[in-house]
Amino acid sequence: MLYRRAGLRHTRYEDERQLWPLPFDRGLVVLVLVVLVAAPLLVNRLYLVSYLLPWVIWSTAALGLNLLMGGAGQIHLGYGAVMAMGAYGSVHLVRAGVPFEFAMVGGGLISACVGIVFGGAALRVQGLYLAMATLAMQYVVDFVISHVPMISGGTQATIQVPTVRFLGIPVAGDLPTYYVALIICAIVTVFILNVGRTSLGRALAAVREKDYAAEIIGVNTFKFKLLAFWISSFIGGVAGSVLAVCYLRAISPDQFHIELSIQLVAMVIVGGLGSVLGSFFGAALILFAPIVLNNLIGGIADGLGLSISTDLRSHVPLMLYGALIIGFLLWEPLGLAKIYNNVRNYFFVWPFRHAQR
Amino acid sequence: MDSSLIIELAINGALKGLMYALVALGIVLIYKTSGLANLAQGAIAMTGAYVTWAIAYGVGAPIWLAIPLALVLMFGVGMLIERLALRRMIGQPVIMAIMLTLGIEIMLRGLLPGMFGSAVKRLDIGIPQAPLFVGDFLINRATLIGGSVSLLVILLSLVFFNSRYGVVMRAVSDDQTASWSVGIRVERAIAIAWGLAAVTAASAGILWGANQGVDWSLSLLLIKALAIAILGGLDSIVGVLIAGLIVGVVESVATGLIDPLVGGGTRDIAASVIILLTLLVKPHGLFGREHIERV
Repeated sequence: MLYRRAGLRHTRYEDERQLWPLPFDRGLVVLVLVVLVAAPLLVNRLYLVSYLLPWVIWSTAALGLNLLMGGAGQIHLGYGAVMAMGAYGSVHLVRAGVPFEFAMVGGGLISACVGIVFGGAALRVQGLYLAMATLAMQYVVDFVISHVPMISGGTQATIQVPTVRFLGIPVAGDLPTYYVALIICAIVTVFILNVGRTSLGRALAAVREKDYAAEIIGVNTFKFKLLAFWISSFIGGVAGSVLAVCYLRAISPDQFHIELSIQLVAMVIVGGLGSVLGSFFGAALILFAPIVLNNLIGGIADGLGLSISTDLRSHVPLMLYGALIIGFLLWEPLGLAKIYNNVRNYFFVWPFRHAQR
Repeated sequence: MDSSLIIELAINGALKGLMYALVALGIVLIYKTSGLANLAQGAIAMTGAYVTWAIAYGVGAPIWLAIPLALVLMFGVGMLIERLALRRMIGQPVIMAIMLTLGIEIMLRGLLPGMFGSAVKRLDIGIPQAPLFVGDFLINRATLIGGSVSLLVILLSLVFFNSRYGVVMRAVSDDQTASWSVGIRVERAIAIAWGLAAVTAASAGILWGANQGVDWSLSLLLIKALAIAILGGLDSIVGVLIAGLIVGVVESVATGLIDPLVGGGTRDIAASVIILLTLLVKPHGLFGREHIERV
């Protein structure tokens, strides 16, 4: 009904293989794109800067992590550290006079190269150890960043990000920062969408399902795990540099602690492992649910005349992240993307439910 | 740097290491029975300390009653976690179960400070604060008692693994399907392992809570416990004991020697560095068995 599939006859292989074979999906994508591009005209500036901009940046990071966790099945609990390396690397490059476009790539390369050292150490053993190695990496990178004055500028220091130019336009003010973040996010999204259709994506899927089996059918497991690590760390580094330049404007080590890593892991699990759409859904839910819930609790407390301690309210995000991870893993392991898919499949044939495949 | 200071650091570090090992013991117990690493162990230790505090100061029970009560309660909590969450994950990839324990860790870390307030709580379990002098060396009395209790519990768990139920658990750890077929209740063995793990974590939490006060930072014991579990080999209790001593000594001595050079913070990453080095040099730890995976 809503997603009309009737009368669609794909007569060429290219038609079947395109990213969105259904015209309705293509329309939806264009609509979302138009809304995102026109967002500064549609929504209040406050909403643009405090909701839409972080959502776009965190979605970019979640996409990178999702490639590793959902695509290659490797757990990573230190993605915040990866982003920190990208942020610090690119900011230092920018301060040294490198153009932002190159500094961003440079930050990504730094993350990728350091990340691969830690990953390579852990990939020799099972995924269980990888969780711990990446957790250890988070703490080690935190320590190095905050204790080397050359990187952090001192233990408690924050580093101001100078105004940079992206493709000749100065990245300052609400609009340019938003559009830069959106452009990077779009590039990463298109890349991740296409990874699934290449030999790389299929090799990663084989590794994810069972690495020994993949090895037997001739996939070089170690190489592809390492490659997934590299790409994902690169994207993490780029996302970190966008985060630093477009959103934070002044970086300090405590912005990239384990909390950020937990947030990102929660986004990927809640959104849906291995799903591009899920990364966006997950980022939205994890970023905004605590705010909404906090306001809700505050509203209810005010309405009923109860007093709720600030301690409780300040811990709402952590509780919610934990509860969301547990809930989704138990009841919907494929996350919000799967829920969306179920609804979509339902409407494909509505009202003829018996025709569902 | 004179040698007597290093020896003093090493002795106190070894005792602290034993207290860390108590948390790691739970990780090993769970890994041995169900083959997954419990990332919620730190938060469970924190929960144990909070529960003890709540019983002792909230309800007003004397401390000698509050501690056993809290331990019994935590045994129930551990079994409940297994029954409600982990059992549903049987048959799913191990990664999923690990992420579930991570979710539990995060939730507990928010829930308990949220409920009881995030200010540091004093938990007095009746250990005098005055330091103890053994020869020339100054030893913290709280760590001495904590270390002794930990050593006792670890030795007890060694004895337990030779008892009747311990043999059952060893069978389960060896091959779940085979033990099922000879009439062992695998689910119950795993549930009891979770209960025991929660008890050991809670007792570690109480000891540390008496040492440094009860707040969310007790959940940071996780990373030290992981370092010990990995260094000792994830499925060896003797490994926990020895790795605990090593990690404690290394951490304490490194803190004493390196902190003045870099300006603090070495304590927090000593465990991380040990994890990384172990994975690089000997991934299965000092006493761990190498697993052979079949397709």
